[in-house]
Amino acid sequence: MKIALFVTCLNDTMFPGTGQASVRLLRRLGHEVDFPTAQTCCGQMHFNTGYRRQTVPMVRGFAEAFAGYEAVVTPSASCAAMIRDWHPKIAVEEGDGGLSGRVAEVVPKVYELSEFLVDVLGVTDVGAYFPYRVTYHPTCHSLRMLHVGDRPLRLLREVRGIDLVELPEATECCGFGGTFALKNSEVSAAMCADKVTNVRSTGAEALCSADNSCLMHIGGALTRTRSGVRTVHLAEVLAATEDDRA
Amino acid sequence: MPAFPEAARRAVADTRLRHNLAHATGTIRGRREAAVAELDDWQALREAGRQIKDHVLADLGHYLRLLEERVTEAGGTVHWARDAAEANRIVADLVKATGETEVVKVKSMATQEIGLNEALAEEGITAYETDLAELIVQLGHDRPSHILVPAIHRNRADIRDIFRREMPDAPAGLSDSPAELAEAARRHLRAKFLSAKVAVSGVNFAVADTGTLVVLESEGNGRMCLTLPETLISVMGVEKLVPSWRDLEVFLQTLPRSSTAERMNPYTSTWTGISPGDGPRDFHLVLLDNGRTATLADEVGRQALRCIRCSACLNVCPVYSRAGGHAYGSPYPGPIGAILSPQIRGIGSPVDASLPYASSLCGACFEACPVAIDIPEVLVHLRARAVESSRKHPMERAVMGIAGWTLRSPARLGMAQRAASASRWVVGRGGRIRRLPGPLKAWTDTRDAPAPPRESFRAWWARTDGGRNEEGGK
Ligand code: SF4
Repeated sequence: MKIALFVTCLNDTMFPGTGQASVRLLRRLGHEVDFPTAQTCCGQMHFNTGYRRQTVPMVRGFAEAFAGYEAVVTPSASCAAMIRDWHPKIAVEEGDGGLSGRVAEVVPKVYELSEFLVDVLGVTDVGAYFPYRVTYHPTCHSLRMLHVGDRPLRLLREVRGIDLVELPEATECCGFGGTFALKNSEVSAAMCADKVTNVRSTGAEALCSADNSCLMHIGGALTRTRSGVRTVHLAEVLAATEDDRA
Repeated sequence: MPAFPEAARRAVADTRLRHNLAHATGTIRGRREAAVAELDDWQALREAGRQIKDHVLADLGHYLRLLEERVTEAGGTVHWARDAAEANRIVADLVKATGETEVVKVKSMATQEIGLNEALAEEGITAYETDLAELIVQLGHDRPSHILVPAIHRNRADIRDIFRREMPDAPAGLSDSPAELAEAARRHLRAKFLSAKVAVSGVNFAVADTGTLVVLESEGNGRMCLTLPETLISVMGVEKLVPSWRDLEVFLQTLPRSSTAERMNPYTSTWTGISPGDGPRDFHLVLLDNGRTATLADEVGRQALRCIRCSACLNVCPVYSRAGGHAYGSPYPGPIGAILSPQIRGIGSPVDASLPYASSLCGACFEACPVAIDIPEVLVHLRARAVESSRKHPMERAVMGIAGWTLRSPARLGMAQRAASASRWVVGRGGRIRRLPGPLKAWTDTRDAPAPPRESFRAWWARTDGGRNEEGGK
């Protein structure tokens, strides 16, 4: 299958390892992966902060960059949710029929990584090896906007060598929320502190999640508090193999 | 009232308050989930509630006229109030006409919204709250901080101190045992019930085709107010209507389970006008607009008017449980307050302008809401309106403008990434940044920021031909 990877602006700029892991993983599963270089950003930060007009060119850019692929896969649940929930509505609001048409064509082919693996490729055992104690934080957008359910956990349970431990109060928001972390930094930090306490209580060596935005937030507090717990994106766990250790 | 982030700061710093709130909301949250899980048609009930409310809102004028007609036929008098001042004036005049200077009150969100107690006080009329938690708030010269548990921020010792100080008939040596506190309140209130000639109530639901009003409560104090006094004045927001008696079946299931996690609320009182020889001899209904028809005009925002004030959204909200109810600057705190207050009051004040941002958009409120109000959708909508209508925050505008300009073009994004990579040695020793400048400082106060990587994904892709030429390749 010819897959286009939507790496997202945050991953591209700050967490290139996640994109690279996604490429390795999908190729290992036998698929052709392309990175359309015209891609930039889904527009979520502007949209959620109220700068709605500014998201229109990003919606347009996304639809153009990803036209013509069989599937668009992204290692970011919240960007997938933004695209699926909002791009069609923004296009309609804009009153540009051509744009609406292009968006309507692309959006149904957009998948978050775990959805794509489980629902489209039908795999849960991706042949990964990750010999660490790991706990999983299901992000709000993956849970409540995308409804990915337990797909990430089904994938993680098949990883060889992993010691997957349950995170207490897993479904609680970590307090990132895009610009919320800046606009309401005290409340955000209080939410993050509780998340960190729960993560540390598991004794995990690594915190895994399907969104680097949340991991950046929680990870920032994990290193600040010298917890020794590192953060790792779901794609990186799933891409890891025994060869990596050799 | 300061903007939300400043008001929340105090609560966040108060560890005892935060602990109390987390404990109280955590407990009720778990019980609510269990109560909801008992019904296998919960989603259908939620959808039915949504539809009934939307149907009424779509034809509000018709149903209000019908209600007025039926209440009048049943011997009641209907008054229309455009705003808080008008509503307060009407109630004050009605009380004065009875010659009384004291009224008893059933807990009511609408009368808190309009500041009725304060308005009556200016006319020399004392209003006594009879709901236990409201009584605690009132005696403590405080503001409610929760829709359902207005004194959620108070503990037993606080309550004992308030009673000892403010309740003239409190027994000497009152302890902080719940039984003693409840008994003291009961005795205090009983004297009020027996002497009161006028009562003021809110309304949970009004049935248009019979003119029946409905109040749901837990303690039975409300029922005393509704039946003992000679004059009853009920104040309701115009959105409280349902078309017919039959529609109550939905809300009498969803409201108690969502609010107190009970299968049924202990007291459901209904009354239709007046009945000779039974209950009040004089009944008045004040229909309050106060920003509601303006809210109705907003296609996205109007769904806030479906709210049945169950407070489920408060109890699941991670922001409410840290910031506390007072930070929202209105009797409607939490997620519903964040969308309702700026709509009914407008976004003129600092607190109302900041409320649409008082959320991480985690979506827990939407999931919990028994009438399926998409609170995150309305929040984002109100943010867009705030940005469009205000010229404030020039810094944020500039940042968003530059970010938007950069993110519109892959070439410009690539350039920005190269600049970030070049700065990594300056800013990030050990791969983490401990202090960021300007508005980003708020981030690094409590969290490290990652240093930009040596190479962006885009640059890696170009250099290695999509990873195919990577030396020692993975
Ligand atoms: S918005 Fe929904 S959950 Fe919140 S108080 Fe109103 S009805 Fe209850």
